[in-house]
Amino acid sequence: MGMTPDDGPLVLAGREYRSRLIVGTGKYPDFQTMHTALVESGAEIVTVALRRVDLSSRGPGSFFASLPAGMTILPNTAGCYTADDAIRTCRLAAELGLGPMVKLEVIGDTKTLFPDVAGLLEAAKVLVKEGFIVLPYTNDDPVTARRLEDAGCAAVMPLAAPIGSGLGIRNPHNIALILEQANIPVLVDAGVGTASDAAVVMELGCDGVLMNTAIAGAKEPVVMARAMRLAVEAGRLAFLAGRIPRKAYANASSPIRDLIE
Amino acid sequence: MQIWVNGIEKSLPDALTIRQLLNLLELPPGPVAVEVNRDVVPRVRHDQHILVEGDRIEVVTLVGGG
Repeated sequence: MGMTPDDGPLVLAGREYRSRLIVGTGKYPDFQTMHTALVESGAEIVTVALRRVDLSSRGPGSFFASLPAGMTILPNTAGCYTADDAIRTCRLAAELGLGPMVKLEVIGDTKTLFPDVAGLLEAAKVLVKEGFIVLPYTNDDPVTARRLEDAGCAAVMPLAAPIGSGLGIRNPHNIALILEQANIPVLVDAGVGTASDAAVVMELGCDGVLMNTAIAGAKEPVVMARAMRLAVEAGRLAFLAGRIPRKAYANASSPIRDLIE
Repeated sequence: MQIWVNGIEKSLPDALTIRQLLNLLELPPGPVAVEVNRDVVPRVRHDQHILVEGDRIEVVTLVGGG
């Protein structure tokens, strides 16, 4: 009684991580703020994107040097609208010495950035066969989540809300359904706006949460990074502790007998 | 020969290797990966792989992303 719940690590393809928070590296005001925020978040996995080298620039390529040492770098396929482009991007990431773990995105719509789940499944199958550890960004659809698991993905990453929207979990019921059936880690990816959103994700029983804009776009990214670390830990502990049932009416906390008259 | 590098058409000497192209481009420091006509060419083959007229080359690196 009264003991700290024994929380095991987040396990992805056999590798253990103590932090259940995965953070992106885009949109920070500067590399120094990014570095400090990444450290403050406690994250052990950070996402990166692949893009053409700017041939007209002679600027110092300090992004790579600004990533804190020892972090697992998770390349994404953001901006890919076809399975083929996503597969090419993963192969390029491997050539850059990254992987085999990749965050697979196949985007289907420019306005919402919702996934093209047909393209996503197609790419996942090819990449799993090629030996990649595939973490797919998907919508909050339990059927797609099951198909991604069947395709050999190492986790499934349903969105809470559109990328960068900060709307929080739009459909917690679907996330709960995905959790109920999944035999692989469920990481909510995209849509978190503030610390309470991250706590709700973890209270549902998700294995982790991935976010970028909520930290990078905050007025004080370093402070928000700390808030997110604490929220993920708090939400996880609340899940392990087991919340009380919701009741319609009050239930007094103080004894209702022996009142003075 | 005319080749395309990151979507930009360039006139370059014939029989250039990938390694020679990368040297000519004076890239900023940092890791890069190279595709020729949509296939990755591993770093160990950059010295041997000779580019030809019309090749489409992608030179990519890491940037911040979510």
